[in-house]
Amino acid sequence: MPDRCRATWFRTLTPGIVPSLLILAHIGLGSALVYVAPRSNLAFLVLISSLFSLYIFKADRRFKLITGAVLALLIIPVIGVRNIFYLEVIFQISVFAALALGLNIVVGFAGLLDLGYVAFYAVGAYLWAFFGSQQYFALAFAPGTQPSNLPFLLPGDAFYLFLALAIIVAALTGILLGLPVLRLRGDYLAIVTLGFGEVIRVLANNLDKPLNLTNGPQGITPIQRPTMPDWAVDGFHTLFGPWIGHKVSPADMYNLLFYLLALLVILVIVLVTRRLDDSKIGRAWTAVREDETAAIAMGIPLVRMKLAAFAVGASFAGIMGVLLAASRTFISPESFSFMQSIGVLAMVILGGSGSIPGVILGAAVVTILNLQVLQGFSLYLSELRQSSVVIPLINFAWKDLSTQLDPAKYQRLLFGLILILMMIFRPSGLIPAKRRRRQLADDDRPAAE
Amino acid sequence: MPPFAAVDVRELIRPLGQLLLFSLGSAVVLSALVLVLALILDQTAVGPHVQARYNVSLATYTLANLPQVVIDGLTIGFVYAAIALGYTMVYGVLEFINFAHSEIFAVGAFVGVEILIGLDRSGILRSASLGMAYAYLTLAIVMGMAAAGALAVTVERVAYRPLRGAPRLVPLISAIGVSFLLQDLIRLVEGLTTGQFNRIMPTFGNFDRRLFLGRFALGDANIALGISVKSIIVITAAVLMLVGLNYLVNATRIGKAIRAVAQDRATASLMGINVNRIISLTFLVGGLLGGAAGVLYALKFSRIDPFVGFFPGLKAFTAAVLGGIGNLTGALLGGIVLGMLETFAGSYLGVFTMGAAGSEYKDIFAFSILILVLVFRPQGLMGQQVGQKA
Repeated sequence: MPDRCRATWFRTLTPGIVPSLLILAHIGLGSALVYVAPRSNLAFLVLISSLFSLYIFKADRRFKLITGAVLALLIIPVIGVRNIFYLEVIFQISVFAALALGLNIVVGFAGLLDLGYVAFYAVGAYLWAFFGSQQYFALAFAPGTQPSNLPFLLPGDAFYLFLALAIIVAALTGILLGLPVLRLRGDYLAIVTLGFGEVIRVLANNLDKPLNLTNGPQGITPIQRPTMPDWAVDGFHTLFGPWIGHKVSPADMYNLLFYLLALLVILVIVLVTRRLDDSKIGRAWTAVREDETAAIAMGIPLVRMKLAAFAVGASFAGIMGVLLAASRTFISPESFSFMQSIGVLAMVILGGSGSIPGVILGAAVVTILNLQVLQGFSLYLSELRQSSVVIPLINFAWKDLSTQLDPAKYQRLLFGLILILMMIFRPSGLIPAKRRRRQLADDDRPAAE
Repeated sequence: MPPFAAVDVRELIRPLGQLLLFSLGSAVVLSALVLVLALILDQTAVGPHVQARYNVSLATYTLANLPQVVIDGLTIGFVYAAIALGYTMVYGVLEFINFAHSEIFAVGAFVGVEILIGLDRSGILRSASLGMAYAYLTLAIVMGMAAAGALAVTVERVAYRPLRGAPRLVPLISAIGVSFLLQDLIRLVEGLTTGQFNRIMPTFGNFDRRLFLGRFALGDANIALGISVKSIIVITAAVLMLVGLNYLVNATRIGKAIRAVAQDRATASLMGINVNRIISLTFLVGGLLGGAAGVLYALKFSRIDPFVGFFPGLKAFTAAVLGGIGNLTGALLGGIVLGMLETFAGSYLGVFTMGAAGSEYKDIFAFSILILVLVFRPQGLMGQQVGQKA
């Protein structure tokens, strides 16, 4: 672990204040860069990576907590509202980090490969989409024929209630699915969960008749958001207006609100995961993951433990679903495809299954690759297409390049490569889980077949 | 056994008999089932609904459509069986779900269709005689097989072999990665070379013609019984492949080696069998079958896209599990039964539920079967109860 070595090296060589100063310098540099160059991806990467340096350098725990809080609650909101694109990327990262952390409980701790994880995300999203929109009054109408002046079923503030409700509903869905299939061996379970994910998507696509529950492939819109009081908008403007440089709008504040909520969910997941990991349940999960037969022999209630993992993982996806429905005000079955499930799996695998910092890193890396690198590449290609540049040697003019070639749409390639390469070269991920690291230290031979 | 032993006729006839038995059996059972259902539903609100719409009773409607449904079900069932054999052979030898098999199928389909499109564009296909049309189709199938077989072996070498001996889920995750990678690689290659992802099988020869087998009157309805040439080709080709594979596995020296490796890899290697070669060979055979199934699928459904493999692949896997994964005869049975069930559901679900749930639920029908089988009979219809290899 070169990072760890560096951290220890710093600590032994320069005890005390230096690592803290380095962290502060990194954050300061990132903020300054983003502030002066609001369109630069590189500056944004410097700022985001300061979270990573906050993780690797050894400094006082309280210092780290306070710095992290200032970064997440003050610097990122101001910079995000100043340039809404960054807030969008950070929001996506936090949504996927929360999803990946939820899946991590199922895959990383209990060792159950769930290939239909977004099904639970969809359950949460459609829960709020149905109750938080006009859909209840559109039940009798075929998609596209409902009158436009239908009332809303619930006030927007019921959103907070549904955040809690989604935990229960998604966990119940997880248990309902889990009860019949959790007796299965790992690889069968993977295929069944994949099938379940597809079932949910097909249902969302087709439950527009006989009763119009989901509005079919067109999706449900508009979905309500919680109310945003004027004083919050004005207050934020008076406090940070000079740095932001433009009038703060309610839309900005909504983005901020959903970012903060996602952050809160991540915090809860991390706390729950850490407490669970050190508890009886967490150890039971590890036992189940490492050797089912031995776990049964030790008296671990196998199916109940697997169900618990499934339910906990599902409930977090449920909350994030409600959050997604409200933040986008629109959802359709397309958002819950198999590819999304694999995307979240790729984050867990890339970061290191079972490792909380690893999974967050994985979510950040995959999201940035997806949103910034692939899209940046797309933009670059379309610029090349408009130019008259020719590749020498093979004499290929860029403007002849097929317009179908759009790197932003090649996420499958990205996810596929991540999965294959990680499995072959670093199966325990970029930041391996601590327990696994210990295990690798005292016996290095590959697991028996 | 000398390499060119006398042909074991029993091993050629036995699978044919099995195929016939499975096809007839599932056709009879399912037909009886829907007819009983139709007679019962005729007494409920569904009866008048159908009467008002098609002017026949539900039972007559069901009966009138039955021959066509059975033929369609058999055609798709044989395609599933051919793909399912790829899953089941690899599973038998390695206890590993080759998730990328669906993309190997898709690559076979694309290679075959691109060759035919190329021939079509140069005008050869239009002027081809009937015999030459069949020759070109055979060429497309063979090339599809070759490409898919080569790809399957490469994938095994690059993405699975380094992971042999790792925990079960590791190669599975790698296989999912390969599957995704291949989908986008097909898209990339197609996008760069042809600029479009949806390819249409050119029409040539007499493949779209329908052969009329007879006509019979049933009440007021006059029913024409027919089968398209396509379906005959698909069924014939699939039967040939299935019989050939059965012969390879059960009556040749190589087949004996494959079975030995499946049973006990360590002991097989002690007996002088090159285990790595046999595993490569298993992937090759699975890939060949998958590639041929891909071209046949394209022939039957005309339109393919880079994601064409996903659903047939999952259904073929379901078929393999339904029949008992690792068991060749089971894969045949599973494929035929699943194809039939799905076609029956797709054709009759809409009428039986008065349009509330139609053929759009066809795809999740297969998953429901998969879940039911895994819960109630995980060893499949023909498999034996096997303990987990420690």
